[in-house]
Amino acid sequence: MELRDEDVRPADHQAGSDGPVIDARDLRIWYGTERGAVRAVDGVSFRLRKGEILGLVGESGCGKSTLGRGLLGLLPAGAKMDGELRYKGEDLLALPPKQMFAMRGSELGMIFQEPLTRLNPLMRISQHFEETLKTHEKGISKQEMQRRALEALRVMGIPPTRYRSYPHEFSGGMRQRLMIALALVLRPSFVVADEPTTALDVLVEAQIIRILHDLRSTYETSLLLITHNLGIIAEACDRVAVMYAGEIVEIGDAREVFSNPKHPYTRELLRSTISLSTTGLNYIPGAPPDLVEPPSGCHFHPRCPDAMEVCRTTHPVMRQMPGGTRTQCWAADLANGFVDDLTEDLTTPLTREEISVADEA
Amino acid sequence: MLKTLLAPFRNTSGLARWILVAGLLITAVFLVFAIFAPWVAPYGFNQVSANGHPFPKMAPPSADHWLGTNDQFYDILSRVIWGARTEIVVVALSVALAVLVGVPLGLMSGFVGGWTDRTLVLLMDALYAFPSLLLAIVFAFLLQGPLGGGIVAAALALTAIYIPQYFRVVRSTTVSAREATYVEAARAIGARNGTIMGRYLFGNVIQSVPVIGTLNAADAISTLAALGFLGLGIQPTQAAEWGYDLSRALDDAAAGIWWTALWPGLAIVLLVTGLTLVGEGLNETVNPTLRKRRLRKVVMPTREPSTALARGEVEV
Amino acid sequence: MSAGSGSLPRYIGQRVLLVIPMILILVTLVFLLLRVAPGDPVTAAVGGKLDPQAIALRRHQLGLDQPLYVQYFEYLKNVVTFNFGHTISDNRPIIDVIRDNGGATLTLTLGAFIFALAIGIPLGLIAGRMRDTVPDVVIRIFGVVTYAAPIFWTGLLLVILVAPSGWPTYDIASPETKFLVHPITHVLLLDCILQGNIPATLDVLQHHLLPCLTLGLLLCGVFIRLVRVNLLQSLQGDYVEAARARGVPEKFVIRRHAFRNALVPVITVIGLQVALTMAGAVLTEKTFNWPGVGNQLVTYLDARDYNAVQGLVTFFAVVVIIVSVLVDIVNAMIDPRVRY
Repeated sequence: MELRDEDVRPADHQAGSDGPVIDARDLRIWYGTERGAVRAVDGVSFRLRKGEILGLVGESGCGKSTLGRGLLGLLPAGAKMDGELRYKGEDLLALPPKQMFAMRGSELGMIFQEPLTRLNPLMRISQHFEETLKTHEKGISKQEMQRRALEALRVMGIPPTRYRSYPHEFSGGMRQRLMIALALVLRPSFVVADEPTTALDVLVEAQIIRILHDLRSTYETSLLLITHNLGIIAEACDRVAVMYAGEIVEIGDAREVFSNPKHPYTRELLRSTISLSTTGLNYIPGAPPDLVEPPSGCHFHPRCPDAMEVCRTTHPVMRQMPGGTRTQCWAADLANGFVDDLTEDLTTPLTREEISVADEA
Repeated sequence: MLKTLLAPFRNTSGLARWILVAGLLITAVFLVFAIFAPWVAPYGFNQVSANGHPFPKMAPPSADHWLGTNDQFYDILSRVIWGARTEIVVVALSVALAVLVGVPLGLMSGFVGGWTDRTLVLLMDALYAFPSLLLAIVFAFLLQGPLGGGIVAAALALTAIYIPQYFRVVRSTTVSAREATYVEAARAIGARNGTIMGRYLFGNVIQSVPVIGTLNAADAISTLAALGFLGLGIQPTQAAEWGYDLSRALDDAAAGIWWTALWPGLAIVLLVTGLTLVGEGLNETVNPTLRKRRLRKVVMPTREPSTALARGEVEV
Repeated sequence: MSAGSGSLPRYIGQRVLLVIPMILILVTLVFLLLRVAPGDPVTAAVGGKLDPQAIALRRHQLGLDQPLYVQYFEYLKNVVTFNFGHTISDNRPIIDVIRDNGGATLTLTLGAFIFALAIGIPLGLIAGRMRDTVPDVVIRIFGVVTYAAPIFWTGLLLVILVAPSGWPTYDIASPETKFLVHPITHVLLLDCILQGNIPATLDVLQHHLLPCLTLGLLLCGVFIRLVRVNLLQSLQGDYVEAARARGVPEKFVIRRHAFRNALVPVITVIGLQVALTMAGAVLTEKTFNWPGVGNQLVTYLDARDYNAVQGLVTFFAVVVIIVSVLVDIVNAMIDPRVRY
């Protein structure tokens, strides 16, 4: 259930166990390139509570992977991050790198996309675990390390006999379970899962998603699940955030967003999902926008079927709609009576020609 | 045309550009030596006296002989400058010949296929696997008999080593291009084999030749010097050759005579390095995947203060 | 994905089979080239020292008066039985030449590899670790220059530098050592050790320093470049990022994950350098008057001894090919993916 901001605005010191685990405000992550700065993440704000699963969905190249990595401080050189990112009240962006390292693995965790290449082929599984445990708890004994590792493996359904095997002796699904076990062995409170099942087949995918879903009850982990697969969101997530061109365009309770999408992009995404009742293929015309020079006003306006003149000139404001979801869209504002001072010419729909011209750009 | 020539400069930046520039500068200096030797060098390459005074033997560097003289009474500076001409002429000749033979052979072999192709490939692979210096030794040894120790013999010896390289590269590009749809289309409209090879495949293939050629030239200079050192290269009376001069410096090295060894060798190092740098620099141009992506610093505008809260607008 | 299941014996078999035509071609090539040359090999080698009758006799002994194809089959037969023929100028069996001098070349090349690896690998790791900083650029320039510098020049400079100190700069051992040590394995260093002669062993090792260092410097450039590139690649590896995501400190990430994985391909590259090493050995041996097969080749080249040149060059070619096959096999043993 969505909480109103006035209730949970965290104080400067660590909030109680009711406070959000992650509180991100106006995050921006820009890369420098020769053509100019790529605005991969351009003003993203969200909250995540304990034991909550937030799905992050969007097209390829919309910035969701960058955001995931940015939250853990894993950005490559040349990327600059700005904004406020509080983990249990502490501002991660102000932390010196050494402390950030200490938090990774023990407080913050990451599950990557391709499990096949994420494990060092020359090291045994046991060595992977020992490395992680020893980094964060110096002086831990070998038996204790083994005990914790085997416990993590057991939860993932991996028999202890495989503890000393090498990565290439496992199948893809098992490797992903290994990755999850490795990421969780120190019980981090916040985990980012970046497309954890994209490289796996459908049956294995179902198992992994169930495991991630159960993390909440097993460890009370807060999870940011990044994916482009809407089905997974529907199955596993409490809330969902829809991302486009580096911004969150709609965020809210998963069931509510899926049944009453407020943003045109969300609507189009849902329409283009293929299911057994699909009779025709829907797609969103146009191409993903250029992140160096995004379209003016609302970034989605060149491809939006409900675009109006104001959408081209002014960036919409994030508002809470009836039903609880938040979205930034002039059309939605208009439909729900939030703006009554838009003049006639501002509300004229953008003609097809303008859209297709913008399409070419 | 000018644009193609200048492309390497514009496509590289930072370190890669410096490498290219440095290489070009060094090579240019030696080219000047080579072309203008008679005017730049103080003496002839086998000159042993001037104005009636014989040159001293193995004299250390002095005002008359900036780099000293060697045990054959030659002035070392002149030998170095004339040597540049020898090296460049021989190498240019051999690389040109290798290209002239290797590229058409590769083109034809890749295009025609079948048994001709297979035998040629086996032959070229065998030649390629052979240590190049040994192959050069064998050829030079053979050619010395009939052709004497001249420039042509040395050039031919080197040509034989480098033909396989061009053959392989050209052949593999041809084979992959042969199956391309545009070739199929050309065939469909009735273009002759020669036309297909010439017009369509040649352009694709010709791109990699300059890079290989430059790196070949660097290697060829090393090999030519090695041949000269072993006594299989160019005789001193025919032309100045750096490797040969170094072989003469062998006996006296232990006695502490350094100038006969230092200068010719330094010339070799510089010219080979220069050519290598040019080759590597060209490689970074032709092959864009090697170029390092330049990271520019990002300057973010400060966060805009939130606009006035309208009805129902909530700051997230 | 199950573990690599290609069969090793099958791979070895394939490799060896592929190699046979290659050896055949090379051997034939060498044979033809030297037969095609105008002039008579025997006269070229000994003309002036023997009268015409003796020359004709020698030609008959060497089988040079028989038709070409007969000579060819004789030659092939001999190569298979490791009979590389006889030299013309001093009438020695070439196999004896190889036996007497091969040991010196062997210890030279092994020592050179040791130097090349000991210098090249650390420098490559440093260069990769500190990419695009001054040490990286300096090391890369060093690599290019050592490769561009002719080996006989580097050797000469070292000799000039070192000679005043009295350190030995020529030959493989002092005359005294050579006199005292009996050839058992025909590898001088081994023989010294086997006979328990410590001063002789030290003497031989001393003589090894400069030549091995010279040849090693030539080779180290290759390793510097290889290790550096591998390190850069493995630093971007996915498991490296995953390790960072678990909070493993950067220095451990580099040491444990990147360095180790970067060194795996080094073995293959060693094999590829054999051709380069052979060529370098010939030049090094002449520079330092080292009694190896390379130096013998040079001597026989000067004497215009076709048979000797043919035999020695064939020997070199065969050695190069055999070593590269061995390296491929070792590589297949280490990395099961290669066998598919």
